Amino acid sequence: MAKRIDVSGLNAYYGSFLAIEDISMTVEPRSVTAFIGPSGCGKSTFLRTLNRMHEVTPGGRVEGKVMLDDENLYGAGIDPVSVRREVGMVFQRPNPFPTMSVYDNVAAGLRLNGKYKKSELDDIVEKSLRGANLWNEVKDRLNKPGSGLSGGQQQRLCIARAIAVEPNVLLMDEPCSALDPISTLAIEDLIGELKERFTIVIVTHNMQQAARVSDRTAFFNLAAVGQPGKLIEIDDTERIFSNPSVQATEDYISGRFG
Amino acid sequence: MSHATLSPRRSSLRGATLPKWFAWAVAAGSVAAGLGISAAAGLESSIQWALIAAVLFVLGSYAVSAKVEGRRQAKDRTATSLVWVAFLLAVVPLASLMWETVKRGVKVLDGYFLTHSMGVVADTEPGGGIYHAILGTLEQVGLATVISVPVGVLTAIYLVEYGRGRLAKAVTFFVDVMTGIPSIVAGLFILSVWVLMLDMGPSGFAGSMALSILMIPVVVRSTEEMLKLVPNELREASLALGVPKWRTILKVVLPTSIGGITTGVMLAIARITGETAPVLLLVWVTNFINANPFQDPQASLPMYIYLQYQNSGGYGAAYDRAWAAALTLIAFIMILNMVARGIARWKAPKTGR
Repeated sequence: MAKRIDVSGLNAYYGSFLAIEDISMTVEPRSVTAFIGPSGCGKSTFLRTLNRMHEVTPGGRVEGKVMLDDENLYGAGIDPVSVRREVGMVFQRPNPFPTMSVYDNVAAGLRLNGKYKKSELDDIVEKSLRGANLWNEVKDRLNKPGSGLSGGQQQRLCIARAIAVEPNVLLMDEPCSALDPISTLAIEDLIGELKERFTIVIVTHNMQQAARVSDRTAFFNLAAVGQPGKLIEIDDTERIFSNPSVQATEDYISGRFG
Repeated sequence: MSHATLSPRRSSLRGATLPKWFAWAVAAGSVAAGLGISAAAGLESSIQWALIAAVLFVLGSYAVSAKVEGRRQAKDRTATSLVWVAFLLAVVPLASLMWETVKRGVKVLDGYFLTHSMGVVADTEPGGGIYHAILGTLEQVGLATVISVPVGVLTAIYLVEYGRGRLAKAVTFFVDVMTGIPSIVAGLFILSVWVLMLDMGPSGFAGSMALSILMIPVVVRSTEEMLKLVPNELREASLALGVPKWRTILKVVLPTSIGGITTGVMLAIARITGETAPVLLLVWVTNFINANPFQDPQASLPMYIYLQYQNSGGYGAAYDRAWAAALTLIAFIMILNMVARGIARWKAPKTGR
């Protein structure tokens, strides 16, 4: 299921603006990798290059290689739509489809991609909701609108929706920044469970969160506003938070930054 | 310290205020004064005394309030009274139009009127009806809608979801230009192409084509606005699930905005239903029932109203029929608007728990 991501020499542009420059890293399967760094350093942009969502933004384009196991996502003839089925994504703000019920939201990825039998869908929806630790809370209101849930529940619904299509990799762009501490805890626990099945990459502004959930941590930084963001270092989370090899990383995580 | 607030002096937070009925009293006073002045000056038009009353109301409430409450409150009251005057200026003509139309229209408006044509009824005779005109209007407007909605909605989807660069700018520009086309020009355009160059006769369909020229830009504009309201996050959520763009538009973007799009379409229909100029040029008119919109002249409500009034000389059976047809037309558009609101509410994304 889970696949390794191998990025080499990746540049991403918005129009003529170089947003991130020359990033190379390896993301191990069945692990959680956290991206930390100041705002505007290109964490989210980089995350979005990993499932070709970057090019959805007008003017967005990418140079370099992203290998998913042995296939280059930016190789010739690769269909971005198929890439996104392999590499799922959860966004910063919970965004369930407002016209759909809880059930339809979870089934959306499958239904919009092809025909499924009702019984098959029922199973997948239940499995995904259980996987997202949401089943017990919503099993009696599967046909109610998804936007009627609380913020934390909505975000778990979005995770359920993402894992329902059985991706190999799950990208999370600050999934807890709009949530209260209790919902955050629920999602962090969930990440711990999900990493047994998926490769998980999470962007976070909360360094304690990075320390709690991730196995490896990557620190991004930019020299100045208007300069491209760069990967400063990537290492085991423990090492990054105790004894990083670059001074800038230590400054950032100890709060002496800028 | 705390004793200071207990002093008998008036609190600095509480000033003199006029009672709630003050505004009503000034309004009543200025209406009475307006009536008095116009009676004294021998003015007869009700518009004149109403305008005098409105000016007196605004000035009077400012003067009294400035004296009692202070200048700031007085300005506040002036703004409020101006809003009320503007509201009345806008509503009075509308209400009076509705009142007159209903009063004069109900005389001959009944089941017989709605289900019979003017077939063998002379203009001066009572009887007859508007069945042929209703039929014509429904068919012409229906055909125009069938032409305009797909073209308009697809254009809007192109502009919002795909359009980049010069082509999109050009399309936007031409939609803007089309919005400003006078209906008679749209009629003349179809007349020159359809009737003069292709040598076709007058028909409901020819009218529909001219009406759709008027309707398409309205549909494009309203649909565009509605599609822009759909949050980008929903598109991204769908794309990130590996859903192709066209399915995202079809299954996520359109359902989210369908209520607003329907409202826009209904309003566009309401806009073209009352058009007379293109119909006059292209559909002509007939006193007989013609159910085929593709051949021969057809009747329509606006033309019917115009002709009945023209032939009546201002009184008699034809005059009453013109008013009844006008009432029918207003009712038709009103029903469309209500249906649109109903659909918008029914289809709006639900947030209920």
